[in-house]
Amino acid sequence: MQFPPELRYSQEHEWVRVEGDEAVIGLTDFAQHSLGDVVYIEYRSQPGDHVAVGDVVAEVESVKAVSEVFSPVGGELLDTNEDLDGAEELVNQDPYGGGWLLRIRLSDPAQVDALMDASTYQAFVAEQDS
Amino acid sequence: MSTVKTTSGTNGLLQSEPLLFERSVEGRTGWRPATSGVPLADDLPEDLLRQAPMRLPELSEPEVVRHYTRLSQWNYSIDTGLYPLGSCTMKYNPRVAEDLAALDGFAQLHPWQPVETLQGALHVMAFVEDSLKALTGLHAVTLQPAAGAHGELLGLLLIRACQESRGDPRSKILVPASAHGTNPASASMAGYQAVEVPAGPDGILEVDTVARLMDDQVAGLMVTHPNTLGLYERNLSSICKVVHEAGGLVYGDGANLNALMGIVRPGDLGMDVMHFNLHKTFSTPHGGGGPGAGPVAVTQELEPFLPVPVIHRGDPLTLEWDRPNSVGRVRSFYGNFGVVLRAASYIMEMGAQGLTHASRMAILNANYLRVRLSKAFEVAFPQPCMHEVILTDRLQRAHGVQTIDIAKRLMDYGFHPPTVYFPLVVPHAMMIEPTETESLDELDAFADALIQVAREAGQQPDTLKSAPSRPSLGRLDEVGAARFPDLRYDFDSTQ
Repeated sequence: MQFPPELRYSQEHEWVRVEGDEAVIGLTDFAQHSLGDVVYIEYRSQPGDHVAVGDVVAEVESVKAVSEVFSPVGGELLDTNEDLDGAEELVNQDPYGGGWLLRIRLSDPAQVDALMDASTYQAFVAEQDS
Repeated sequence: MSTVKTTSGTNGLLQSEPLLFERSVEGRTGWRPATSGVPLADDLPEDLLRQAPMRLPELSEPEVVRHYTRLSQWNYSIDTGLYPLGSCTMKYNPRVAEDLAALDGFAQLHPWQPVETLQGALHVMAFVEDSLKALTGLHAVTLQPAAGAHGELLGLLLIRACQESRGDPRSKILVPASAHGTNPASASMAGYQAVEVPAGPDGILEVDTVARLMDDQVAGLMVTHPNTLGLYERNLSSICKVVHEAGGLVYGDGANLNALMGIVRPGDLGMDVMHFNLHKTFSTPHGGGGPGAGPVAVTQELEPFLPVPVIHRGDPLTLEWDRPNSVGRVRSFYGNFGVVLRAASYIMEMGAQGLTHASRMAILNANYLRVRLSKAFEVAFPQPCMHEVILTDRLQRAHGVQTIDIAKRLMDYGFHPPTVYFPLVVPHAMMIEPTETESLDELDAFADALIQVAREAGQQPDTLKSAPSRPSLGRLDEVGAARFPDLRYDFDSTQ
């Protein structure tokens, strides 16, 4: 299971990659493993919306269940990944790359610091899975 | 083999059945109605008229009858074997209820008959209402909701009506993380915001957690008891007190009432409103989309808000419509009477002692399976369970075998798999509810099969990963079915 060291991680199993004052957000490798094959993604927020930490921004449906995606940071939603429409398998196949979900302009970059680093998240996952 | 033409029907385990479209022969007819004497309407808008006949398949009557009869024989049902779906209470439906429902006095009734001529039916309904009151310790019952989720929606509307009449309308409903998905959905449909309540480490709701979430916007708590982990919510009466003190009401989801009959009355614990699934606890048939029934019981405070009509207990029985505080109608006529009638038959057949015994045996059977399977599988919560038990695939995952593979392999042994991947709070769950209607022999056969599957997981994991191999169809492409559903017959690509 992959835990890229340059990313930050939430307890809800989202990852955040900071690019300047923007954050790219997706589901972690552990999350996509737990979900199983993703079959449908529905965004609950649209570009231009302001989202706060913990807001439900999307629902991801897999063959096992429907799960909510909570925004790990706050700010203006800039973009959603439209390439996933009809290619939902990218969330499973390339969770940290082509499977990204959202791009947000950070309103408070300090929120990223509150998230876990890769080794902390890896330990968190090990505990969850034990 | 390749020269042998595959035929329709059942030949040992060889089952195949083409679509009716594929069997269609132009000009073949089964039944020809006489020419209608009714003149064609000539004033319909042109754009609504069909320009060409519908392309219906053309077959003879026996071909159609055989097609559907063969398909029906592929069905798996409680009449063909154990059906251990957790939180679904798939118990045997006694045939005597069908005999009763087929009696002319019931079968020929029409709901528009004058109420004086419906006395027998109203007595049956009143009997079921009284029985549900006795089992729950609640004050009044409506039989109208057509299914469990319909009962949930009504229960929430009753909570809203009650709190609005108190001058205290609220916006949120607490729902435990282990709840049936219908609970947050019903809350949302009723216009409430569902707020998730996490359980404690042993799967039980804790008083402090609920107390912390209660505020003046929380209308109440929706709770399933025993919960969907198959566990007894031992803090429930304290939790109900906390909810009441903060101005909230407690909604009981009756999905798991089969564990409580004659043992605990939910009303005594402090529940204010509760629905029943007659097709679970009271042994009426689970429809394949067919009729269910989800009666709702309430406290005295909530009674004025019940949907109309209610049965007025005079002599004769009458239907009362003049109830100014009622939430209104929720169903045509009086609910699914045929289902209520079968439940009445079940309750009369069992009696109070029989119902209590049924719940005790349901609990015993689940615990028997829990203990028998506890070496081969991880049991999610090792303490004694109620009427259902949850296993996981933890011991098998070392071999790359997952819950889905275990469930599919069980089919090769002729058993319907249990509920899988639910409740969501237990990763990789297998949720088994044997019910009281299975014999010890049947429970042992099921446990033996599961233990054998667990053994195979270590010895021949690939067999599990490609299972099932014996049913007419192997492992289905669930991802493909969800992402690219093929629901229409495409004439052009196949003809």
